[in-house]
Parts: sequence; C-alpha cells; structure tokens
Amino acid sequence: MRPWEQDPILAVDRLSMRFGGLVAVSDVSFRVGRGQVTAVIGPNGAGKTTVFNCITGFYKPSAGRLALSHGAAPSPSELDALTRTGRAAARTRKGGVFLLERLPDHKVASAARVGRTFQNIRLFSGMTVLENLLVAQHMGLTETGLLSPAALLNLPSWRRREAAAVERAKTWLERIHLIHRADDPAGDLPYGDQRRLEIARAMCAQPVLLCLDEPAAGLNPRESAALNELLLSIRDADATSVLLIEHDMSVVMGISDHVVVLEYGRKIADGTPEEVRTDPRVIAAYLGVEEDAVEAIEAEVGV
Amino acid sequence: MHEATAAASSGLLARALKDAAASAAITALLLVPLVGMHATEGPSGALVLKYRFGLVAIFALLVGGLRLGLHLTVWRGDSARGAAPRFPALARLAGPAGDAAKPVFFAVLLLYPLLAVLGSGGLGPSRYWIDLGIYILTYVMLGWGLNIVVGLAGLLDLGYVAFYAVGAYTFALLAGSVPISDFFAGTLGADFWRLWSFWVCLPLSGLLAALWGVILGFPVLRLRGDYLAIVTLAFGEIIRLVLINWVDLTNGGAGIASIPPISFFGIPFSSGEGGFANLFGLEFNPMHRNIFLYFVILALAALTAVATIRLRRMPVGRAWEALREDEIACRSLGINTTLTKLTAFSIGAMFGGFAGAFFAVRIRFVSPESFTFMESAVILAIVVLGGMGSQIGVAVSAILLIGGMEMLRNLTFLKDPWLFGPDFDPSLYRMLIFGFAMVAVMAWRPRGLVSSRLATIFLKERKKVSGDLVREGHG
Ligand SMILES: Nc1ncnc2c1ncn2[C@@H]1O[C@H](COP(=O)(O)OP(=O)(O)O)[C@@H](O)[C@H]1O
Ligand SMILES: [Mg+2]
Repeated sequence: MRPWEQDPILAVDRLSMRFGGLVAVSDVSFRVGRGQVTAVIGPNGAGKTTVFNCITGFYKPSAGRLALSHGAAPSPSELDALTRTGRAAARTRKGGVFLLERLPDHKVASAARVGRTFQNIRLFSGMTVLENLLVAQHMGLTETGLLSPAALLNLPSWRRREAAAVERAKTWLERIHLIHRADDPAGDLPYGDQRRLEIARAMCAQPVLLCLDEPAAGLNPRESAALNELLLSIRDADATSVLLIEHDMSVVMGISDHVVVLEYGRKIADGTPEEVRTDPRVIAAYLGVEEDAVEAIEAEVGV
Repeated sequence: MHEATAAASSGLLARALKDAAASAAITALLLVPLVGMHATEGPSGALVLKYRFGLVAIFALLVGGLRLGLHLTVWRGDSARGAAPRFPALARLAGPAGDAAKPVFFAVLLLYPLLAVLGSGGLGPSRYWIDLGIYILTYVMLGWGLNIVVGLAGLLDLGYVAFYAVGAYTFALLAGSVPISDFFAGTLGADFWRLWSFWVCLPLSGLLAALWGVILGFPVLRLRGDYLAIVTLAFGEIIRLVLINWVDLTNGGAGIASIPPISFFGIPFSSGEGGFANLFGLEFNPMHRNIFLYFVILALAALTAVATIRLRRMPVGRAWEALREDEIACRSLGINTTLTKLTAFSIGAMFGGFAGAFFAVRIRFVSPESFTFMESAVILAIVVLGGMGSQIGVAVSAILLIGGMEMLRNLTFLKDPWLFGPDFDPSLYRMLIFGFAMVAVMAWRPRGLVSSRLATIFLKERKKVSGDLVREGHG
C-alpha cells in the first residue's frame, strides 16, 4: 500500500464536474496523505483549479465523494455507511469525517477546516496586513456569537482572546518575514509578499488541510526557495497537510511527497515525484506529443 | 529657466482667459433666448415679453469666471489629478490628528444650543437654529446608520428610508394606541403612557426595524450589486405604499397626528404645576422642549457613532469590511457571509428605526409623504459624499448637504427684481443645486470627502489606508 493510502486525510472518489456540455473534471480519484505535501500538476485547463473548487466547496461537484477526516481515516465500510445516511458529517472513534461535497463553502473552511489560497491572490487589500490575519481568525473569535456582549463592551475576557489572536498573527508575520509591515495595507505589499501573506492568512484559521493554487506563480527563484521552506515547515511544524497546484517543477519535485497528474480533466498518473517524472504519459502531456512518439523522446532526453 | 516658466505661465494665463471668454460668450448666446426673454402676463392679461439681459450677463460671467478659476487651479497641466488630498484639513480630521479634534467637535455640539441662544439673543429667536441643529443631527445619525450597511459592509441599500418609516410608525402607532394607554392607566396612572411612551417605544422601534431588516435581508441578500440595489429600492417603495393603502392601521395618506410629545423622562414640558419649567424653577418657555429634543438626537447620534466604532473593532465589523473587500476570500476563511450581511443590514436598520421614532416624536405627525425615495437618496448621498466608511466624512457631508440646502432658503437677495423677481423661490431649486454640488464633489473627490480608511488595530502605528486600495463592495 502506498504511504498516502494508509491514512489519507482526504479521499477523492470518482469526482466529476461538468459545466453545461464541458466536462472539466472526469472521474478523478486520488488520496491526499495525512502530513504529506501532495501536488496536483497538469497543463493549463486540465481541471486542477476546478478540483480545488470542488474540495473547498466553491463548486458542487456533478458526481463524486470527497471525504475529509480529522484524527484518522475511517474504514471504507464506515465511510459508505455515512454516505448512505445522507448526512454531511459524522463523529468517529478517531475524530470526525466530513463529506465536503455536502457542505457549503464556509462550513468546509470552518467545520472541516480546509484552508485555501487562490490562483489570483485574494487579499483584503484595503485592510492592513494584521487585519487580514485577524479576519482569518474570525471563527475562533466569534464562538460566543457574532455580537458577543463581551466583545461589544470590550470586557477583559474579550481583550484576552483578542490579544491571543494578535499573538498568533504576530507569530505568522515573523515566520513569513513581514512583521515590519504589519500596519501597512495588504494591497501595498510586493507580489511575492502578498503570496506569502495569503498563505499565512489561510494558516491563521488553523486548517488541517491547506490547498494552495499555484503558490509559486510569479515568484523569483529566491522567493520560490523561501516558499519551499515555508511549505515544508507548515507540513512538519504545524501538522497541516498540504495540497498544492503547481507549474514550477522545482517546487513540485523539491517538496512534494506525492504527485497527481491531470490532463483534460482525467487523472493520467499518480505516484512519487520520481515515478511521475519518468512516466511516458506525463512527458507526453507536458511536451504535447502523441503517445507513440514518447519512446523516441524518452530516448532523446535520456530517461 | 525663469523665463521659460514665466513664458509657460503667461501662455497658460492667455489660454485660460481665451477659454473663459469663449465659454462666457457661448453661454450668453445660448441664454439670450432661454433666460433673457421672459414671457409674463401683462397688466391687461395679454402676454408680454420681459427682457432680463442683466441675468444673462451674470450667468455668462459666472461661467467664464468658474472656467477661469478651474483653469488656474484644478486643470493646471502640471498638477497630477487626485495625487494630493485637496482638503488637507479634512484628510487630517480622519487621521490621528482627528483623535484630538474629536473632543473639540463634541464640545461644540454640546454647547451648540447655548451658542444659538446667545447668538440669536434669547430662547425664542434661537428656535430656528435649534431646529436646524436637530434637523442636521437627524441626518447625521441616519448617515451613520446607513454607513454601516453601505460604507462598511459594502451593501448598496437604496431603501434605507423603509426602516426610518418602520421606526416612525412603530412609535406613532404604539404611542397613540388607546388600548395600551388604557391598560397603563389602570396600573401605572392615567398619564403614564402619554409621558413615557417615547422612552418605552424608542427601543421597540429600533428592534422592530432591525427585525424588518432581517425579514427583508433574508431573501434579498443573496442578490449582489445592482440587483440588491433595485430590490432594496423596491422594498422602500412597497413600505410606503403599504403605509398609504393599509388605511385601517395607518390612516393612509392622512397620516397619524395624535402622537404625544416627548417628556423629560416623565416630566412634561408644560406650563402648569409639575411641568418641567415649574419643577426646575424656570420661566416656562416652549423652547425647553426643543432644546431637550436637540440633546436627545445628539445622544442617539453619539450612540450610533460609538456603536459603530466598537463594532468595527469586533470580529463582526472586521468581517463586514472584509466582505466589502472580497466576499470569496471571506468564505474561504469560514465566514458565513449571509449571516454577516444580515447583521450589517439589521444593525443599520435598527439605527434607522431609532431615528424614525425620534422623527415621529419631534414632528408629532407621521405620514407616508415623509418616507419617499428622495429621503433614501439624500441619506445615501450623504454617505457617498462623506466617503464611504468614514464617520467624520459622513458628519461633515450631512452638515454641508442638509445645512447647505437649508441655507438656500435664506438667499433672499435672489428675489431682487433685477435678478429673478419676488416670485422666485430659491428653495425650489435646492435639488438642482444639490445635484450640481454632488457632481462637482464627485469630480473632485470621487472617493468622497474623507477617502482614506483607518485601520482598526495596529502593532506600532495606526496608519491610514489610501482610498485607492479600499474597495467599495459589490453586493
Ligand atoms: N465556472 C466555470 N464555468 C465554465 N467552465 C469552467 C469554469 N471553471 C472552469 N471551467 C473550465 O474547466 C476547464 C478546466 O479549468 P481549470 O480547472 O481552471 O484548469 P486549470 O486550473 O487546470 O488550468 C477549462 O476548460 C475551463 O474553461
Ligand atoms: Mg488553475
């Protein structure tokens, strides 16, 4: 059994997504290992962002099951039992199971604890860096209700909680080296900093699974290396599993434990970075040649 | 070097003068038939032409002068448009310096009745100024209330007057209700309801308006942008039509007149024994009630301001602003956007309801005519002109707009026979001038008077976020 199949944090089963007549994702299944970095790669238009939007609740998939587990993965029979009940979530012996396709987007984030970033950065650009990180902790701060009297009257109990939230934000700002810009508007930051801030903002919500849509796009090599380090520290120090879409092969090969390759909405390969790199279908997809020409190319590039 | 700049500036002046002269000439030509010749009824009843070339000349000079002014100030080639704040004083008001200015501002508001009485020489003559203060403060409060919805949450609400109406009618109906009055007459004294109705109904009016906000918001807040604007506009009109047509409850277009006056927390403002003046050893004067009304609306407006400041620093307020910035990002962070919008909508509605109850107790008469779309438009104009989200901006723009429109009434020199004649009523043109003013301010400062946003929390230094970065929301 492959490492990511032993205890997957997310099991994607037969996921399909149609937009009218266009089939953007077709019958895709894969596992995201707990505590691993999983990369989804593929040419433009392959359906990677669509898969992300299904996982994070922004699209309702046309078909398929997305089972996210806290604690430890349920057995297949437990999962099937939950699917049949029609409920979206269940508490298990080991933690909880969430069927993401049945949850509204904000519940995917708040209850199932899936965080995400966007292909085109979506920061609150008119708010400061610190405010961005506090908005991310909204759910933790509003447990007692949106209009909690303690917050309205600024009671000490509320002030303590807010101070803790600021403390968490500061920790993250130090990790992404932006503490000196805490009071600046997020929209004023350079592009690379905005990318890191968006990741920190998602992490402030304390997700168990972090989905990153092309985090290295537009970064220079130095920033890209810093990003790799950040992602590895998220995997190791924060015990958050990472699922990322990436074009930059140095990021994919350097940090991922597991790579899933999509092309035209279908999964064409799934394995360790080495396996995928040498897979003739992947080479064909990336170089855009017919399959029978692959061998010739393989010989040429020497794999 | 010097010569070059001198030549450039003289060239500029020449061009400006030429353009100004040309505009003035075109204006004069256009206006000779339109304004210069005026058909009126002669003494025998027949139409006669009256010539008003003096007026044409004034218009032409105004246009020429204005264009010259614009050329020499705003349109100067070298000044980058919109680069520097054009009202540095206002910009400073919104900044940290504003923190020092706020107590002064508040002190002036507290002392305003005293200043009015001293300035106009007595309680009686001060009536106009006190009433004007009440009138403006009502709009400041309404502006601040709507600011929560439009400025903070970025939800374009064109039907805010509906909540003002709900508040006013809630108070009018409850206070004028005979069964309620009789009920309290049996338990707490014959005069209880007459004296205390406002203080009991004020919170009720706000709560009911908030409830209406929830009821309306639930289906409507799925819509975004223009659709939301249209539906809220329709809702405002529906409320008014219901008020007109549900004659059994609201007395239709005739309105409700039997609203008891405000009391000083149970002490009536009456001339007799036990009245306010008698109790406090003052000489009776009907102005006491007006001054008290002034302080009530000042307190209500202050409540709105303080609540907004507090809410902005709470998670819900930050979520409102985040929603205005990017709704999709909010959802990815687990924020329930429908619920968050609903709180903004209903809290804004609640302050509208408070203001409505105040309106009813001040005028002591409510009718559907007071709650037309025009009211919504004026309140929205105050918010947009002030700079969405800025409380100081909204207050200043309410003072400018409402006070300015009121001042137009006083332009009696326009009635000079040489100008418009004694039949001219400048207040009829208020809306026209109001429109011009709006266009002018929007051209100058498209983000409103105070366009920057103040951060709600900071580590080292509270910085201003320039208006260019702040989004206006889209739904
Ligand atoms: N909301 C949508 N409506 C219609 N078509 C869509 C939508 N989102 C994505 N698609 C289509 O689905 C396909 C896959 O897109 P996407 O998932 O963005 O690809 P990738 O992220 O791999 O580049 C594309 O053909 C795209 O046009
Ligand atoms: Mg994409």
